[in-house]
Amino acid sequence: MPDVQAQVNDFVVKLQKRKIEGSKATAKLTAELLRSVISQQRIPHGSNQAGVIIEAVRGVGEQLIRANPVELAVGNIVRRVLHIIREEDLSLTTATIGGLSVSAASDDEDELERGDHPALSAAAVAAASRSTLRPPSLQTLLEDVPHSAAVPHTYSSGGDSEGKSKSTDKNSRTRKLKHNIIETVNELIQDINTCHEQIAEQAVEHIHQNEVILTLGSSTTVIEFLCAAKEKKRSFRVFVAEGAPRYQGHILAKELVARGLQTTIITDSAVFAMISRVNMVIVGAHAVMANGSVIAPVGLNMVALAAQRHAVPFVVLAGIHKLCPLYPHNPEVLLNELKSPSELLDFGEFSDCMDFGTGSGSPLLHVVNPAFDYVPPKLVSLFITDTGGHNPSYMYRLIADYYSADDLVIQRRPSS
Amino acid sequence: MGAKKGGHRDEAEEDLARDPLQAILLADSFAQKFRPITLERPKVLLPIVNVPMIDYTLAWLESAGVEEVFVFCCAHVRQVTDYLETTKWLTQPNFKVSTIESHNCVSAGDALRVIYEKNVIRGDFILISGDTVSNMSLTEVLQEHKERRRKDSNAVMTMVIKKSKPSAITHQSRLGTDELIMAIDPDTKQLLYYEDKVEHLKGITLDKAMLSENASVSLYNDKQDCYIDICSPEVLILFNDNFDYQHIRRHFLKGLLQDDIMGYKIFTYEIRSSYAARIDNYRSYDAISKDIIQRWTYPLVPDVQFFKNSATKLERQGMYRASEVGQSRSAQIGPSTVIGNGTTIGNKTAISNSVVGEGCCIGSNVTIEGCYIWHNVTIEDGCKLKHAIICDGVILKAGAVLEPGVVLSFKVVIGEQFVVPAYSKVSLLRQPINQDSDEELEYADDSSGVAEHSPIANGAIRNDSSEMDACTTSEVGTNGVGFIWSLNEAALEEEWRHSVAPIPADKLAAIMLAANGDPDLLTHDENILPPSGELEPESVTNDSDTDVNDEATYFEKEVEATFLRAVEEDVKNDHIILEVNSLRLSYNMTALDCASALFYSVMKLALDMQHNTASELFTNVAKVLAKWKTLLKSYLLTIDEEIEVIMKFEDICMGSAREYAVLFEQILHLLYDKEIIQEEAILSWASEKEEAEESDKVFVKKCEKFIRWLNEASEEEEEDEDE
Repeated sequence: MPDVQAQVNDFVVKLQKRKIEGSKATAKLTAELLRSVISQQRIPHGSNQAGVIIEAVRGVGEQLIRANPVELAVGNIVRRVLHIIREEDLSLTTATIGGLSVSAASDDEDELERGDHPALSAAAVAAASRSTLRPPSLQTLLEDVPHSAAVPHTYSSGGDSEGKSKSTDKNSRTRKLKHNIIETVNELIQDINTCHEQIAEQAVEHIHQNEVILTLGSSTTVIEFLCAAKEKKRSFRVFVAEGAPRYQGHILAKELVARGLQTTIITDSAVFAMISRVNMVIVGAHAVMANGSVIAPVGLNMVALAAQRHAVPFVVLAGIHKLCPLYPHNPEVLLNELKSPSELLDFGEFSDCMDFGTGSGSPLLHVVNPAFDYVPPKLVSLFITDTGGHNPSYMYRLIADYYSADDLVIQRRPSS
Repeated sequence: MGAKKGGHRDEAEEDLARDPLQAILLADSFAQKFRPITLERPKVLLPIVNVPMIDYTLAWLESAGVEEVFVFCCAHVRQVTDYLETTKWLTQPNFKVSTIESHNCVSAGDALRVIYEKNVIRGDFILISGDTVSNMSLTEVLQEHKERRRKDSNAVMTMVIKKSKPSAITHQSRLGTDELIMAIDPDTKQLLYYEDKVEHLKGITLDKAMLSENASVSLYNDKQDCYIDICSPEVLILFNDNFDYQHIRRHFLKGLLQDDIMGYKIFTYEIRSSYAARIDNYRSYDAISKDIIQRWTYPLVPDVQFFKNSATKLERQGMYRASEVGQSRSAQIGPSTVIGNGTTIGNKTAISNSVVGEGCCIGSNVTIEGCYIWHNVTIEDGCKLKHAIICDGVILKAGAVLEPGVVLSFKVVIGEQFVVPAYSKVSLLRQPINQDSDEELEYADDSSGVAEHSPIANGAIRNDSSEMDACTTSEVGTNGVGFIWSLNEAALEEEWRHSVAPIPADKLAAIMLAANGDPDLLTHDENILPPSGELEPESVTNDSDTDVNDEATYFEKEVEATFLRAVEEDVKNDHIILEVNSLRLSYNMTALDCASALFYSVMKLALDMQHNTASELFTNVAKVLAKWKTLLKSYLLTIDEEIEVIMKFEDICMGSAREYAVLFEQILHLLYDKEIIQEEAILSWASEKEEAEESDKVFVKKCEKFIRWLNEASEEEEEDEDE
């Protein structure tokens, strides 16, 4: 345990100091950390085992989210893992109940006790069967709320009557639950790892011959996407808006040229002038919110407006770890982060404007450097995630399939 | 070949692996700038934007990849070590902090000698003091330093500098320190000259050898010393060998620069996008606080929890508010303000550009502007505070007023309706009686005295305060507790330079006036750079950031100085012309400017000669003009220049020498008689002025008669010709 705690603390410090850049890296590290939390979590005998794991993950998750509230990927992965635990627990219980009810025909005592919850078991089996057919619907998510609490109870009540054989069974069940959860979390990590490729695979369906694509700033997802289309022998041109103030567009342009793509660099302010020649805008995102809006690097709202004016499709690429189950009006969502003004201008050059020794002593020059923009859903034409292309209005459904409604609020209010 | 290269790299990596990156943090400034606060608490524990300074330094060192830090404590040892223990800095993973204690060190030099004796430094190390705020990355500077060391073992130190323009008026940087002049070799970045105490009247003297030995030298006055030094172990040895080295800059650095025998070299590294500054005085405390609030120090900003600071949210207009603040609906919190956890703010209170700490209680109708209020301060209704520093536990009774620049030390109580005068410092401790004016001795007295003093002081305050209620109420108002520290005249005069409050407008005006009156003061900047261009022209243009207007006045003063010298030393006309021409080239001026400047100098000379009445002055002018006529004439080659001279004369009459105003017509006539100015010039000047505004025509009107006469004369002439 102390070993995990140290890992958690280390990660929290890294998040606090903004040492981990990029949501993909953050998501992957978060998932890996939670995996080790789960694998090291001791599960007491008897009572609500899934509950214990959920509590542990939730506790760690809370710390992580508080460490860097701006990086939404942390919260997304925590919620995703919680959802996985609930799902696994559910499918395991339904399986054991299914197995038990066959053997229970000979056992009268058990039959009597379980008779109290016949309807529940049936519903559980139904839910489980549904949950095995992924993706689960919104209905299952709403239904499984009572089960995760109620189902283990039925099981443990049966456990009292049969001593030894049951306890070994219980141990194996615990192990199985943990094993299954870790298995699925591994799958999640795998998904995060391969999300770029998954998205890039769809590139040829969207980019056509001789098209002009516009993008702003730099995003690994976008690079992979464009390069995948290039590899499949599509020839097209790319306009790169440089993405002030960090000018990551320059890096993107270099990368694209290295891969043999026709590239044009333009300033951010020239986007509107050039948009009429563009066939499609493809950009990355910081996070996709539940209402289908996007939190993206600064400047993208302007690009989206220009694209709308000229009816150019505005396509957002987002890996699953960027899907956030929260709405942007939620107070928990810290929409923006103000970075250092030194990205905009050199302190030395302007130091005379910041001489507080003369004048009224109040600063006259303010330099503000927000990191993110908000793009409302109506400006987005299409989302491409690793599961395919989606309309903004469909995002809430997609998100409902990945997250459990119980987990939306992870941060506990200080008062409660 | 490849294998060899690989082997070399391995060696380098091993080098790195052997020596974990170490840093020496001096948790004592060995100065008294923050007195009286530092009598009760060490400077490094004073909060800046609600976080102790040392946390900024340590957080930065940790994030920059330093693995081992030795915190050197001298004054208030216990407080520093206790703080480090309670805040868990000592138990961080991958970041070892250990303290070195000493009770009898009086300077940074002593501290380094103690550290040398402990024999803990194994490789290159970073030397900083615990009041540094930075977010720079050390990778590049360390690499540069290491590479230089490999080539030249005499490169013992790399110091970090940053561009920051000093104020043209007060000749001090925005951090309140004096203007710093450095000479740096632009190719190797070697530091050749360092002077932080420039006497502006005298200028600086550069060693001739420096100029002859180096192919090019850049001279800067717009660089700021960040006081972050990358040192080799030799630095400690040097300190140990030269036991008279006390101050790192004043003794060690200058010592190395002047010493030719050992050949030790110091290099500079300029940071551009990242931030680094040291809190040296109250002025820099204010400037750096504002930089932090404006996020130049990102990620060391209030809303990022870089070390155990409470969760704070950044709201609009750069306002930071902790999660639990009790704020009245009618209170107005202005821009660039930080409000700490658990603070309550009453009705109709206005706060702007200020930092308020944790657990403060601010009443109603209070105005707070540009103040730094630390923790658990009580401010009752109706107080007015401007540009003050208020330490922990201070109580301001209702209606108290703090004028700009006030510093209230710990637990002071200001009585009702009491007005604390500007720049006063109030403390519960009495002012030490023997104040040495010599700074060298001052800090010696400081650290030794305080180390023993502090535990007693802390205990004694409570007892004292009850007695004081009775006997010293008058000093800070009824029911007030505390002593106002008195300043001697000279110190008071200097106080406003380093205060938290901005320099008052009247002081600025006074400095400006003094500068204008004294030509030397203004021209010294340019005097430093010989106009003949021995230095690289690039560096000259880079660093003289004066605009054209200033150039013109500088030029004028230069010409005047040259002329006066010529008068005194009786120099030949040809030589004066040569000098003025060279000045003209170096300032990039036109012949017109030369003519007017020279004319101005001549008139000034006449004015400076003894005279009582206007007529005496006129005879003076006549004398001077007669003597310098040929010189003037050699610059008055065309009509344009003559017109320029007349206009200049107008300026003189209106501005610097009003005595000439009455003599305007007479002198103009004289100039005409002496054939310095031709009639065409006068006539075209008059016709030019016809369209001008009424106020501009004063002098044209004065010599109306003369002009009319000239007109008639010329007509007559024409008539003569006609005939």
